Amino acid sequence: MTQSRTSLIAWLQAGPMMLVFVAFFLLPLIFVVIVSAWDYNEYEMLPAFSFRGYTDTFEGCIVQLPELCTILKTYAKTVKLCFLTWLITLTLGFTIAYFLAFHIKSKTWQILLSLLCTIPFWTSNVIRMIAWIPLLGRNGLINQGLIDLGLIKVPMEWLLFSEFSVVLAFVHLFTFFMVVPIFNSMIRIDHKLIEAAYDAGASGFQTLVNIIIPLAKPGIVIGSIFVITIVMGDFVTIGVMGGQQIASAGKIIETRLNALQFPAAAADAVILLGITIVIISMLTRLVDIRKEL
Amino acid sequence: MTDSVKLNAKVSRRSLLKGAAGLAGLAAGSGAITGFPYVKSAEPKVLRYLGTGVNEGDLIGQQCLKDTGIKIEYISATTDDVTKRVITQPNSFDVLDTEYFSLKKLVPSGNILGLEAKKIKEFNNITPVFTKGQLPNGKKIGDQGTAPWKVLYLEGANSKNFSKTATDYVTLIPTVYNADTLGIRPDLIKRPISSWAELLNPEFKGKASILNIPSIGIMDAAMVIEATGQHKYADKGNMTKEEIDLTMKILTEAKKAGQFRAFWKDFNESVNLMASGETVIQSMWSPAVTKVRSMGIPCTFQPLKEGYRSWASGFCVSKAATGPKLEWAYEFVNWFLSGWAGGYLNRQGYYSAVLSTAKANMSEDEWGYWMEGKAAKGDIKAPDGSLLEKAGAVRDGGSYDDRMGNVACWNAVMDENDYMVRKWNEFIAA
Repeated sequence: MTQSRTSLIAWLQAGPMMLVFVAFFLLPLIFVVIVSAWDYNEYEMLPAFSFRGYTDTFEGCIVQLPELCTILKTYAKTVKLCFLTWLITLTLGFTIAYFLAFHIKSKTWQILLSLLCTIPFWTSNVIRMIAWIPLLGRNGLINQGLIDLGLIKVPMEWLLFSEFSVVLAFVHLFTFFMVVPIFNSMIRIDHKLIEAAYDAGASGFQTLVNIIIPLAKPGIVIGSIFVITIVMGDFVTIGVMGGQQIASAGKIIETRLNALQFPAAAADAVILLGITIVIISMLTRLVDIRKEL
Repeated sequence: MTDSVKLNAKVSRRSLLKGAAGLAGLAAGSGAITGFPYVKSAEPKVLRYLGTGVNEGDLIGQQCLKDTGIKIEYISATTDDVTKRVITQPNSFDVLDTEYFSLKKLVPSGNILGLEAKKIKEFNNITPVFTKGQLPNGKKIGDQGTAPWKVLYLEGANSKNFSKTATDYVTLIPTVYNADTLGIRPDLIKRPISSWAELLNPEFKGKASILNIPSIGIMDAAMVIEATGQHKYADKGNMTKEEIDLTMKILTEAKKAGQFRAFWKDFNESVNLMASGETVIQSMWSPAVTKVRSMGIPCTFQPLKEGYRSWASGFCVSKAATGPKLEWAYEFVNWFLSGWAGGYLNRQGYYSAVLSTAKANMSEDEWGYWMEGKAAKGDIKAPDGSLLEKAGAVRDGGSYDDRMGNVACWNAVMDENDYMVRKWNEFIAA
């Protein structure tokens, strides 16, 4: 009796969240999957079964071998940008979190310094990205400065509208998403463990590898999920910073949507979802987040 | 199970956005249904105006309220989003401001009302550019692409078919149009530019840009390819698959060779690229050139010997607009063509659909500068009063007849649009 009552209360407590989850996540997702198998014409979706969205997407993938077709090239590029961003944000994020967690003793300073990490979010996304032009552009601050110093003669064009600038903008934006969960994991590490390691004669590096990294793993994985999912689906940053010349999985979906080809866009979205799920599930093999939290 | 839970961060954000957009549409749409009972004396005259911003402006809204008592609620979106909204949420607007080329998608959807020509007071004074494809002086102009006169009339009030001959039912009442060409930085190029071919000239390697809106970008590309003599299109606005392949191949080669600095998609991007000197030659829109110039940076909307790519927009009315709403919509369209708005648009470098009424609302000097290609006698000012050109300046491209008379093609939606969009994605990925 008591047990069924507690379980009823538990269901009631989870209910609102579950309703929101079903209405705004599960149902739309189901619609996307259904629509992805519809046909379409110039201006409307036709509710007739068709794999056209998928077959169009993989057009030429076999014929063009060994050269990569559009969709594979696009994913290769997206995954590459995603990997670079992940690697750099992880290194930076881990270092910053380590500094905050172990070198800053006062709680006030820890909070103040973490707030500093949010500075990139104080302006809107678009303004932030446009602001890179006067810095990295052909006549921008960096090129002009280096020319004035006599270090270079011709402006370096790869600074802007290149993969470099895309990754730079991503790192600038998303390092924070790594810092927070890793910091959160690190401050939970019992300092006695580190003292014990020190007493047992472990070097700083050994402590890092054998104690801190394993215990910060949940934070690392959560941060990685944030960064990877955002970058895989991005089309705004890649568009603006890449001068619209770099393809991304998100961009393909956007172009399809703008041409009113909703089923094709849905098919591309399902493919993107599938690939992201594969990446994330590989990551979660490394650590069972639910157990660790 | 755990996997799908962890995915929330990504997917819920997107689906939330979608949900929010849906709710917003629902809220906007419900206005017509749940509104207060109609009381003629008390109800404020409000029209929901969906558009891209070309015809919009606080000043137009204020003047309209003053003259007609109609309050305009602007809903602004990009060209693509406006089209999407008409197709998916026809109840969310009353008046639609869109371009003729979109009609090929909008009219078959059945969400657009055929307007009665006889209820439009100035209909017979609309420039023959729209009705006959010729200048007021009788000169024929280019008809490649979705030229307005091909899609101006419907077969009947509720028809989804365009009529080849004039009927009483009009799809879209024209308000504003212009002739587009390349924008250049004369101070950085330092030599005359006279052909579209220059866009792919290796001399400007890494300093050129093209519009990343597939249906328009490919037409600019076609202008270039025709100018270089590599291919002559039967209709640049309606290419065959082979022509699309050829066009994209040439564009892709140029992209791989590093010809383009960036592609642009919105007004501000094009202004930034040009103003910062990242590009020196690119597809551009007239007000963007004006914006760069108003920053004190030399920029020319360069007339080219192959002609212009033209576009035209105007007003449609939603099929959901009935009763008094529909009457106000007619009243609003009639007000728009009555001259004040026409003068306002002409002063920004666009052209008004009814020239006679616009002329009555401009000074002789303004008319001479903007429309007749004459040197300005006094300073030329923008509608907001800021200085655009000093006395003595002459408009790029000259008079109305010189500019509109040299239109080569119109913005278009091709029959092979689906194929073209796929090829465009391939081009971006190359």
